[in-house]
Amino acid sequence: MQQRRELDQVYTNRKLLNGQLDTPKWWAPTVAILGIAVILGLFVIATMINKGLGVTGLARPVYWGLFITTFVFWVGISHAGIMISAILRLTQAEWRRPVTRAAELLTVFSLLTALVFPLIHAGRPWRIAYWILPYDFARGIYPNIRSPLIMDPVAISTYLTGSTLFLYVALLPDLGNLRDRTTGWKNAMYTVLALGWRGNPRQWKMQTVGGILLSALMLPIFVSVHSIVSWDFAVASAVEGWHSTIFAPYFVIGAVHSGVSAVVTMMALMRWLWGWDDFIRPEHFDALARLLIVVATGWLGFTFLELIFALYGQDAPEIALREMQILTWPWNLLFIIFLLTGYLIPVPMWLFKRVRTNIALMFWTSILVNIGMWLERFLIIVPGLARRTPFVYTWEAYRPSAVEWTILVWSFAWVTFLMLLFSRFFPLVPLFEQKESQVFTDDVMIGRAKVPAIVREAE
Amino acid sequence: MTTSILGLFQQPEPAADAMDGLKEAGFELGTFDVLTGTPYPEGAFGEHVPQHRLFRFPAFGAIIGFTLSIFLTAATQLAYPMVTGGKPILSIFAMLIIMYEMTMLAGVIATVIGIIFESRLPNLKPGVYDTRITEGWIGVVITFDDESKVADAENVLNKAGALEIKHA
Repeated sequence: MQQRRELDQVYTNRKLLNGQLDTPKWWAPTVAILGIAVILGLFVIATMINKGLGVTGLARPVYWGLFITTFVFWVGISHAGIMISAILRLTQAEWRRPVTRAAELLTVFSLLTALVFPLIHAGRPWRIAYWILPYDFARGIYPNIRSPLIMDPVAISTYLTGSTLFLYVALLPDLGNLRDRTTGWKNAMYTVLALGWRGNPRQWKMQTVGGILLSALMLPIFVSVHSIVSWDFAVASAVEGWHSTIFAPYFVIGAVHSGVSAVVTMMALMRWLWGWDDFIRPEHFDALARLLIVVATGWLGFTFLELIFALYGQDAPEIALREMQILTWPWNLLFIIFLLTGYLIPVPMWLFKRVRTNIALMFWTSILVNIGMWLERFLIIVPGLARRTPFVYTWEAYRPSAVEWTILVWSFAWVTFLMLLFSRFFPLVPLFEQKESQVFTDDVMIGRAKVPAIVREAE
Repeated sequence: MTTSILGLFQQPEPAADAMDGLKEAGFELGTFDVLTGTPYPEGAFGEHVPQHRLFRFPAFGAIIGFTLSIFLTAATQLAYPMVTGGKPILSIFAMLIIMYEMTMLAGVIATVIGIIFESRLPNLKPGVYDTRITEGWIGVVITFDDESKVADAENVLNKAGALEIKHA
């Protein structure tokens, strides 16, 4: 699968630093448009905080709607970074090289975005301080650590801090490279950020050993984060459809499915926008699609297990909920779209190598997956609350308002805006990893076949 | 006064020859080093393989995080001792989750500090350097306390085929 392409280091620098050294023509107008969208979204959020949650469609009994769905969605996307970066680094998968930085970045920015949603969902975000931070010394009331709503911010801030540090440490050699290619204030900025990086054997050894060590530390955090997010729901024993024992692994594998798909989307965009055809190649999409087939099939298994466990107990309210979720209008339409986009359309397509190596098809199928995965979260969260149960005296159907849809769209504009802003100052593909691949790979003749061979470790 | 010179090479073999030559000429390990723009397999230049203590950092961080987390989770519950359903005040399983996250967080932070420390960063006086190193050139840098050895080092670098020699 590994294709050999000889690229010298000057060419690698010139191509992969084209976002930082020569601004592409499309960059400024795109960032300006996204910037306007971001400001409009922030204005809508500010208006909502001023007017109150009455401007949303949230009403008894559905108090967790689009915001919490989108929160879970972005936490899910954030799982791309560690899945790609840590697991592939630990297993020394050669095809990880152009993917890792983008995946780590997606983790950081999607987590930052995810954090916004519970904050604004609370209506009065400043009051979250009482809820999360152990500081109310005057009244002696401290966070209830028995609640997943405390465990959740702790886990997410651990993941966000760890991922940001991971990203920075792996960026050090490339910051040194940028320092060497720039002048003026940019040079001063990169000189400070590079911390005096020179590239001696000690520093390279720390990059290798430290990268593996951090990957090993981040992996258990990665598993814990979405497990804890799932417990936000799973411990709510009063809501049918939520209190499921398989939620933790189900959420984790779903997060990997959506996260890796988001990396595919991003890789295709990076290849098209910056012209990195020599670095992000069809073989990388092929490898990601193979990984996705396995992950998606595991995730589908959990989807059906959840249904089987729910129905096997023959608990009447649970059966009624599933009936509503799968067979009743309009949930049935959403369920069909979810199943088609999340699995039934993309995965059979990925079985064909022609599709796996066709970047446009990979781009569109990865977008389909994330439409499906957003719907999955919506179908878990909302019907569970919306089903009519005894002892609730007022009832309204949940229809997300324009404010909620606008904030949902804002979140996509915000993540893209942050990504593009980052790309203006820092490389999206790790240069030293690309160059390492050149140093560690050589062609060997086996019979009459020329095969690329990769050195793993020197004796 | 400490001074340093940098020999520049385009291929790894002559750079490795220069490193061998410096050893043979009696330069002490640790006074010369190789600079590259990409990681090479360990020992590719016959360089001194650095020892490190990076593995101690996460363990140290984890111990601090674990201790702090016990204090934080126990203290917040004991400070507002509300009995729920006749259960003990300290809810061990819930505490374990926060303790786990805080232990891991401190472990990660300590590892990053360890990587930076063991890389001997931040390096405020990087010394002689050439920007072509990040374009694939290989630098062999020698640091002296005794300037009388500069000529010996230059001879070794020239003999190995250095394309250019820079002085600090």
